[in-house]
Amino acid sequence: MTATQKRIIINKLALAFSTLSAVIALAFLFWILGVLVMKGVDALSWNIFIFEGSPPGYAESGLKHALVGQLILVGLATLIGVPLGIMAGTYLSEYGKNSKLAHTIRDISDIMMSAPSIVIGAFVYAVIVMPMGHFSAWAGAIALAIIMIPVILRTTDDMLQLVPGTLREAAFALGAPKYKVIIDIVYRGAKAGILTGVLLGIARVGGETAPLLFTSFNDNFFTTDLNEAMPSLTVTMFNYAISPYDDWQQLGWAAAFILSMFILGLNIVGRLILLAGKRK
Amino acid sequence: MIDKIFLNMTRTSALLILFIVAWIFVVLFNQSTEAMQTFGLDFITKDEWAPNLDKFGAYAAIFGSVASTFLAMLLAIPIAIGVAIFLSEIAHDKIKGFFGVSVELLAAIPSVIYGMWGLFFFVPILRDIFGGMGIGLLAAGIVLAIMILPFMAAVTRDAMNTTPDILKESAYALGGTQWDVIKDVIIPYAKAGIIGSLILALGRAIGETMAVTFVMGNVHHTPNSIMDPTTSIPVTLANEFTEADSSLYFSSLFGLALTLLIMSFVVIAVAKFYFLRKVRKGQ
Repeated sequence: MTATQKRIIINKLALAFSTLSAVIALAFLFWILGVLVMKGVDALSWNIFIFEGSPPGYAESGLKHALVGQLILVGLATLIGVPLGIMAGTYLSEYGKNSKLAHTIRDISDIMMSAPSIVIGAFVYAVIVMPMGHFSAWAGAIALAIIMIPVILRTTDDMLQLVPGTLREAAFALGAPKYKVIIDIVYRGAKAGILTGVLLGIARVGGETAPLLFTSFNDNFFTTDLNEAMPSLTVTMFNYAISPYDDWQQLGWAAAFILSMFILGLNIVGRLILLAGKRK
Repeated sequence: MIDKIFLNMTRTSALLILFIVAWIFVVLFNQSTEAMQTFGLDFITKDEWAPNLDKFGAYAAIFGSVASTFLAMLLAIPIAIGVAIFLSEIAHDKIKGFFGVSVELLAAIPSVIYGMWGLFFFVPILRDIFGGMGIGLLAAGIVLAIMILPFMAAVTRDAMNTTPDILKESAYALGGTQWDVIKDVIIPYAKAGIIGSLILALGRAIGETMAVTFVMGNVHHTPNSIMDPTTSIPVTLANEFTEADSSLYFSSLFGLALTLLIMSFVVIAVAKFYFLRKVRKGQ
């Protein structure tokens, strides 16, 4: 065998290995997606949206409590996290720029983005749940907000930097103060990007379970009291899935399906907005 | 006037990030002092975890975290690199688009669902093949590997795509095969980026809770084989935090949380500031 033939054979083997790994990866991924869709669609019914949790064995059981709880928790986290994230991003892009402080904040925030979310839960437990003496929706929402802020900070910072400096200079030349330039010119120019960041941030925390386990805890009944433990889709899903009851496990899959669709929808809408913004 | 208020508001928000991170460290440290004073270094070197005897040694949990992550990396790295090569060098544009969408789909799935899939569909298969319970280190490693695979493949592909076409074309002009170009041009060029991406994925895997809580077993015992049920730091926290009934127990759990935070902070910082920064500077 000549050296060339050898190289050609090795080439073919290497390419075959890499194609094979892609096939293996796709197979596993479609297996999981398939299970999620089949099990989820199977378990879906109107009852899920009408009834709240009940002991195993009752036909009239649903996920209303967890759906509403999830919306409240994520909504509250958004209300806390989005303004803080956007303002912090604004500072980095418009005031801090290349200063040492701005770079430090960017670095720390980047690390926070990948930090273990269960640790955030432990932290919030120590500073909110322990002093209050009981689990609460507030604690859960704050834990989610802490996870959300770095995501929004990062996208806001990036998106504001994309706004051309000449636009700012033009506005300054007309005598506008800096805050007006930022709000009326820079924010307007980066609107689509910021919105995408917000949606991605919401999607990021929407699937979080670990930080809620010991902050908002869980509850099998419908509640809107922010000072009490609050059910969420993720924790409910976890509790139902590890329960030995068939009907609870079914509900767990339904919750998994609904939540995945919700998060997927946010991701898609976020990307579409960004795409539409770019096309203009 | 308003200008100043606006500046101060944004600056306060930005500083808040630093403050929260510092606060997290301080709180976890304070909460865990009792355990550290009681056990000292034994906390991380002993594996006896007996809440009823007020004895807490985190070795099994730390070992479980490291071992399951190591196993996951071992399984995921070759496949992720294979997938990345496939996507950047082999696949047709249409397949690339299709694959890209699939990766997005998977990124959208909450990690708790990977755990549910592992428990109900994958663990029974392991049980049939290897006997025993199926739940344990191996199951955790595999589920973790599958969970980080899309992220890992995507960032590795991005790193490979930074190789300038002109370098690849020069190598092809010299008569190199595709594999020659991959191993002698692309991988050396994108090395720092690839390693950085892999470590970043490791940082994510080590702190992952929900995907492994289902399949690890939560047994405080250093495993003798990869089929043994064991525990990891996040799994212990998830299972025991709401059950802790003594201040020493709580303190030990906070000690675990602090250990985990430091581990992942170091890993992520190495990935971002050593390897990935090199890439940014190179460009």
